Amino acid sequence: MRYNVPVMDDNYNLYKTMLLIRRFEERLLSEFSTGKLVGTTHAYIGQEADAAGVFSVTEPEDLVFSNHRCHGHFLAYGGEPYRLAAELMGRITGLVGGRGGSQHIHWRNFYSNGIQGGIVPVATGMALAEKVRATGKITLVFIGDGTLGEGVLYESLNIAALWKLPILFVLEDNHYAQTTPVEISVSGTISGRFAAFGIPVWERETTDVLEIKSAANEAVHSVRSGAGPGCLILHTHRFSAHSRGDDPRSHEELARIRQFDPLTVHGERLTPEACKKVESEVVVVINDAFVRAEADPFPQMSVDF
Amino acid sequence: MAIVLDRLNYALHHAMETDERVYILGEDILDPYGGAFKVTRGLSTKFPERVLTTPISEAAIVGVANGMALRGLRPIAEIMFGDFTTLVADQLVNHASKFRWMYNDQVRVPIVIRSPMGGRRGYGPTHSQSLEKMFLGVPGLKVVAPNTLGDPAKLLASAIADDDPVMFIEHKLLYPRTLLEPGKGDLIDFQVEETGSAFPAFTLHSPGSARLTIACYGYNFELARAAALDLLIDYEIFTEIILFSQLSPFELEPLFSSLVSTGNLLTVEEGTLSLGWGAELTARSAEKMDKLRVRRVAALDLPIGNAKSLEDIILPSVQDIVTAALSLIS
Repeated sequence: MRYNVPVMDDNYNLYKTMLLIRRFEERLLSEFSTGKLVGTTHAYIGQEADAAGVFSVTEPEDLVFSNHRCHGHFLAYGGEPYRLAAELMGRITGLVGGRGGSQHIHWRNFYSNGIQGGIVPVATGMALAEKVRATGKITLVFIGDGTLGEGVLYESLNIAALWKLPILFVLEDNHYAQTTPVEISVSGTISGRFAAFGIPVWERETTDVLEIKSAANEAVHSVRSGAGPGCLILHTHRFSAHSRGDDPRSHEELARIRQFDPLTVHGERLTPEACKKVESEVVVVINDAFVRAEADPFPQMSVDF
Repeated sequence: MAIVLDRLNYALHHAMETDERVYILGEDILDPYGGAFKVTRGLSTKFPERVLTTPISEAAIVGVANGMALRGLRPIAEIMFGDFTTLVADQLVNHASKFRWMYNDQVRVPIVIRSPMGGRRGYGPTHSQSLEKMFLGVPGLKVVAPNTLGDPAKLLASAIADDDPVMFIEHKLLYPRTLLEPGKGDLIDFQVEETGSAFPAFTLHSPGSARLTIACYGYNFELARAAALDLLIDYEIFTEIILFSQLSPFELEPLFSSLVSTGNLLTVEEGTLSLGWGAELTARSAEKMDKLRVRRVAALDLPIGNAKSLEDIILPSVQDIVTAALSLIS
């Protein structure tokens, strides 16, 4: 049973998905601040429209391989906030029993791992497995501008294109690889990299979930039709730090990108009453998730010597 | 008599015939070439849709295999030279071997990574190494090596049947070697005992009271046997040989049993000496026994020279084993 039934093709549900992600990440960061959580996490705040738009046009059985910044993808996929919160809090009820934490989760056909680039050939192999079995499922792999520095990405693009695999590369360009801006880490163009392998590209510079949904719909349709891999490039903005406390950006820059807040952009399409209703629903869900998770036990294991 | 190459080739044919989930990926594996060492010969002709020749992309080969395995297939990847396994380290260490545990036992990654290792063919510093020691002790990853005593086909079949990732190390010089038969030829003086596991260890008991135990795997079993014969003929010293098929995780019971009576351990490997397989065997044996004497025979801590004269100095020889054995029991 998916937590979010993927009938998100209306403005209300798209907004709700984005707000769910926003409030989840905010709560998470506050739990770190108060010392309830240790370690680190990578918040998706600012990029919510990407996940909400993409997962509004995928099928429930499609495969997803996500990265270090996976919470938004997981929630938009339909994952349960409580199980994710429990995983982040290192509880036995977490998605993978507390073994993986923030970057290493698995539920149904959703997988994530914390190695830049390394996930891409794995997702490519998944797409191959689905293709040879003619299941009709496509695979989505989420990468970022930072991933463009990893060589194995290009090995995978080559193979995916040669073998016409049903895989969609979703590249979220949030302009920074941790703290390094794209201007000093990416030569040439991003789209040119995919074009070089004959992979069709849908590219949008927007935080409007409807524009993203429309582009994602075309890309997903192309991949599902058997045309081979596709690439969806979404230029976006990350409002929070890369992980925690590692944001060297200026206040001016942070204020400037805040004007692209996807919740503001899309929220204008809802009535104030509707926005309020979503807020009240989401608050209950998030609170329930974190309170329940916190009461759950920590994992133990026996060790034989 | 069967040779190692044919048995490996047979195992691949048999696996593909009997299980349509089995796929083979690698570089230059299509007929008529059939792979750099011909282990995949004939497969692409018989199973064209399940034998996937790839670009020169070792990391992606193993990564793609990982993804296929996560989704229920049983891929076998060939890495043309073992030296290139450095390129697949991330896929083995951070992906294949971690997924099952990290995802709380909800998935399996049944991949086999086959790769030839070893020198003595004049291929120089980057095509002659035995790098398997770099993958020993990686949690979740089994490392296995065939030899001329156990049936390599059976060993490879066990690797393919395994639900977890297996790295299958084939020493190049083993390919043309004929399989041994207990009680005949080289083994006429030995009584062979085998553990019942999927990747068994063998104990070769001498007819006399053994004064030392030689631990080895893969091709170095050939050298160990020759050294044991020299020690017997020239010095009237009986040895017991423990031959491992599984290098990691370490399962050393047969070795401990032998050391209880000999108390002298001689490890033989073709990888470099420092921090190697023999070092771990030594440490574990020492933890078990109060009195243990040890010598390790391995490659010098150097790249492998191209000239045969250099290779001969750098890689362990039968004479090195004999010398180490004499020093051990003196």
